[in-house]
Amino acid sequence: MSMQSESRGPPTGSRGPYWFGLLWPAPSVSWQTAFFIAPLCLLVAITFWKVANFQLSADFTTANWVSMFTAGYFWDAFLYTLFLAAVTTVLISIIAFPCAYALAFKVSPAIRRLGVFFLLTPFFTSFIVRVYSWQVILSNDGILNSGFAAVGLGPFDMLNNSFSTIVGFFTLAFPLVILLHLLSLSNVDRSLIEAAHNLRCGRVMTVFLIIIPAARVGLTLAACFAFLLSFGEYLSPSLLGGSRPPTLSVLLVDTVKSGNHWPKASVIAITMIVTLTLILFAAVKFAYHKSPGADRD
Amino acid sequence: MIDRLISGLFRVYILLSVLFILMPILTLVVFSFNINRHPRLPWSEFSFIWYEAMWNDPAMQSGFVNSLIVAACVAVIATFIGFCTAYLDYRFRFRGKIAILAIFFMPPTIPIVILGMVFLVYLAKIGLFGELHSVVIGHVAYCAPFAMALVRMRLAQMDENLEAAAWNLGASEWTTIREIIIPFTRPAIIAALFLTMAVSFDEYMIAWFVSGLNETLPARILAVLQGQVTPQINAVGSVVFVISISLVLVAQFVLIVRRPQSERAR
Repeated sequence: MSMQSESRGPPTGSRGPYWFGLLWPAPSVSWQTAFFIAPLCLLVAITFWKVANFQLSADFTTANWVSMFTAGYFWDAFLYTLFLAAVTTVLISIIAFPCAYALAFKVSPAIRRLGVFFLLTPFFTSFIVRVYSWQVILSNDGILNSGFAAVGLGPFDMLNNSFSTIVGFFTLAFPLVILLHLLSLSNVDRSLIEAAHNLRCGRVMTVFLIIIPAARVGLTLAACFAFLLSFGEYLSPSLLGGSRPPTLSVLLVDTVKSGNHWPKASVIAITMIVTLTLILFAAVKFAYHKSPGADRD
Repeated sequence: MIDRLISGLFRVYILLSVLFILMPILTLVVFSFNINRHPRLPWSEFSFIWYEAMWNDPAMQSGFVNSLIVAACVAVIATFIGFCTAYLDYRFRFRGKIAILAIFFMPPTIPIVILGMVFLVYLAKIGLFGELHSVVIGHVAYCAPFAMALVRMRLAQMDENLEAAAWNLGASEWTTIREIIIPFTRPAIIAALFLTMAVSFDEYMIAWFVSGLNETLPARILAVLQGQVTPQINAVGSVVFVISISLVLVAQFVLIVRRPQSERAR
C-alpha cells in the first residue's frame, strides 16, 4: 500500500488492519464531499437553471448569465464593491502598519502581549453585535453626535454612507491586519536594521528601504485578507451603509431573499468567487516575485 | 528627548488603535444598563430593564437554546474531523494530500454570505432546510479548519520518536493513538472544542440563511436589526459577548496554562 510505504509507520508486528490508514482522511473527505463540494457544484449548475412561476427547474440556459451581465445595476454594484474593498485595503494597511511597527519595535514584551490580547479579543466576539454598536455610535441622534451637540457642533452625517461602511470593514479586518503585520515584522532580521543604522540610514529611510521590503510577503498577505474580508462582507454595507448603493453582497442577499431568484444570485456568487480568486492570485504572485537587485527575500 | 517623544507618540497610536477596536464593545456594555430608549449622551439612569426584557422574550430564549445546541454539536463534529485531518497530515505522506488539505481549508476563505446562500440552495434541494441540523451542517465545514490548526500545531511539538517508540515496544497503532496521541493533544482538543463552539455561537450569516423558523440567537439578532431596533439588543449583545469571550478565554487557558504540566509528563 503506497500510503504506508512513503509515510512513517510501525513494524509489521504492531501494524493495525490494512484500512487503518484509510480511516484518517475519511471524515474530512466524506463530510467535505457531501457538504461542501456538492453544494458548490450545485451552485455552478444552478446558474444554468430557469425560474418559471416562482418554481426552480433544471435546464441548460445561459439566460441568467446574460441578464446579469447586461444589467447596469450589476456592474454598478460590482465597481462599487471593488472600490470600497480597495479603499479599505489601502487605508487599513497604512493605518495598521505604524501600530504593528510600534508593537514590534517600540514597546516592552509585556505591553506587546497585552496589545496582542486586545487585538485577538474582537476576532472571536460577535461581529453582528459590534456592527449594531457602531450604528448606535454613528447615527444622527447617536452617541458621537449627541457629544458633538453638547459642544455646539454637528450633527454630522456619519451613517448610511461609504464612510460608515468602511468603519464596519475596519471593525472586521483592522485587528487581523495589525496582527499579521506584527507577525511579519517580528520575522524581519534585526541585524539588517542595525546595519542600516550603522550605515547612517535614518529612521524613516530604514522603514521604507529595509523593513517594508523585508516584510513584503507578510504585508501583502495581510492586504489580501483585508480585501477578502471587505469584498464579501454583508453587514457593514447593509446595516451601516444603508444598502445604497448596493454592494454585490447586498445584491446577492436581495436576489435570494426578496427576489427569490436563486440562479441569478448564483451568478453573483460565482462572479464574486472568481474575482476574489483572480485578485488574490495576482497579489500572491506580486508578493513572491523577486524584486530586481534583491538576492535574499 | 526626541526618542522619548517618538516612543510616547507610538504608545498613543497603539492606545488609539486598541480604543477603536474596543469602542463598540464598551459602548454596548455601558448602554445596555441605560434606561433611555435611545442610547445617547449624557447617560441617563442605571437599569436592568433591557436585561429583563431580553429574559422575557420567548424568541430570544429559544434562539439562545438553539444556539447552544448547535454550538455543542458543531464543536464535537468539527473537532473530530479536525483531529483526524491533523493526524492525517502529521503521520501520512501520499499523493493528493495537498489537494485534500487545500479543499479542507477553503470554507473560511469564502465570503460567508456566499456560503450561506450555497447551503440554503443545497439543503433546500436535499430536503434538510430549516432545522437545527441545517445550521450544524453549515457550520461544521466552516469550523473544522480551526480545530485542525490547533491540533496540528500541538502535534508539531511532539517528538516523532515517541510514537515510534510505542510501536517498537509492541503497542498497536490503535493503542498508540489512545495512549500517546490523544493524551498529548488533549489540551489542543479541549481548546478546539471551545473555540469552534465560540465560532459557531457567533456565526450569523449561514444561520440566518438556513435556520428558517428555528432561528439561532445571532440569526434572531440580525432579523431584529433589520426591523424595529430596540435597546434590548444592547443587553443581548453584552450577554453574547460575555459567553463567546469566556469560551475563547477557556480555550486559551487550556492551551497556555496546561502546557507546562503535559510537557513535564514528556
